[in-house]
Amino acid sequence: MHDPDAPDHDDAPSGLTRRNFLTRAGAAGIAGVAASIPLAAALAEGVPEATDAAPDIPGTVPIALRVNGATLRMRIDPRATLLDTLRESVHLTGTKKGCDHGQCGACTVHVNGERVNSCLRLALMHEGDDITTIEGIGSPDALHPMQAAFVAHDGYQCGYCTSGQIMSAVALMKEPCGPRDSDVKELMSGNICRCGAYPNIVAAIQDVRGNSPMRQG
Amino acid sequence: MKTALSTLEMRRATSVAEALEILRDEPRMPIAGATDVYVGLNFGTLPELRYLDIWALDELRTITVNEDVLVLGALATYTMMVASALVQERLPMMIEAARQVGGPQIQNRGTIGGNIANGSPAGDSLPVLAACDAVVVLQSAGAERRVKFTEFYTGYRKTVMRRDELVVAVEVPRVSGRQWFRKVGTRAAQAISKVVVAGVRGEGARIAVGSIAPTVIRLTATERALATGSLDEAMVALRGEVNPIDDIRSTADYRKRVTENLVRRFWTETA
Repeated sequence: MHDPDAPDHDDAPSGLTRRNFLTRAGAAGIAGVAASIPLAAALAEGVPEATDAAPDIPGTVPIALRVNGATLRMRIDPRATLLDTLRESVHLTGTKKGCDHGQCGACTVHVNGERVNSCLRLALMHEGDDITTIEGIGSPDALHPMQAAFVAHDGYQCGYCTSGQIMSAVALMKEPCGPRDSDVKELMSGNICRCGAYPNIVAAIQDVRGNSPMRQG
Repeated sequence: MKTALSTLEMRRATSVAEALEILRDEPRMPIAGATDVYVGLNFGTLPELRYLDIWALDELRTITVNEDVLVLGALATYTMMVASALVQERLPMMIEAARQVGGPQIQNRGTIGGNIANGSPAGDSLPVLAACDAVVVLQSAGAERRVKFTEFYTGYRKTVMRRDELVVAVEVPRVSGRQWFRKVGTRAAQAISKVVVAGVRGEGARIAVGSIAPTVIRLTATERALATGSLDEAMVALRGEVNPIDDIRSTADYRKRVTENLVRRFWTETA
């Protein structure tokens, strides 16, 4: 998948990537990202010491989030949204920030299997919930069928809205949805694509649902 | 942009009784779906920094019929209402409204109680509740009272609720007559209303409009004119009682014209 936040070069000198360089350079100025958990370490469940050892920044609060099956402990600004926490504290940057007020759907994740806009969720409200992000549904080596269908049908252009579109589409598979293209469009109406890849997105979803595209609506 | 550490502080209640005790002892803003809370927080327009998370109060997540009254628990989400056979049978205009609130992601979290308590004049479910003469059920520690929905708001985002009270349900008596709902926004999906109208045509007409005044309003003069006179007379009455403003989403002129058009359409489509 094309991800603008992905490391620029796998063979970058001393493992330096654009993102981790920016993160380190900016860390001193970012209140609230008290404890950054290296993702690899975080994925080994129950690692929390690394973060508890981090110095407490005044005003931050401890939180444990279950993300893609792993329990992660960290300290966050109590005002932090789930979106910012996923991106800035957990470093899962597949979830995108578009409008930051619930109008575009780029930040869509699943909470206990239901899709929500992570920009409208305070992270503090989600202790104990099962959170699934785009990183949790498939990997480049083992794409989720919906990811594969988006690739096959060219369901994106710039790719910025894509992870949100795919998270919505995966949730849609378990929701009551009629067979027609117009039914899919209605249930995908919470995800906006500025490039206008809508016909291909609908085709990808209909493919996974086993429906041939019906262009009547 | 968040620049300084705040004092935002959250408590979570696990039962209605616990929530009411907390609200009795300390002022807190109850939040559930919180789909509008963070918008205000991020824009700096929400002074409230102490919250009570009531999402876990499953006892309020119900849709039932009691003695011919449809009871929507405060935590019934838009998704729940859209899927409910009881709502479909008794209050189909609420399903129309619920399907047009944000997208499915917001419908999964937004609640009827939140829409009521938040009190935005553009809340899409509010004209439905105003048109069907709903009753809001408020509880505080050891007490309960019922308030007519049409008397619930006292001004822009102001209600009769005390700080120790919680919206626990809204009761909708059986609606006789045809129900009609229409929302006009910038686009069909994911837009906030410029004008939103709910109407019931039974023996007379009951019409409620959102987004054109500081609170949702009933068009009482228009309703009277429709009951006794012609549509044109009703339009004269409507112009006399509708005074919208220019704001970020629309202009007064546009809103007035669209309100007229929608009321005309309501009356002809339900004839």
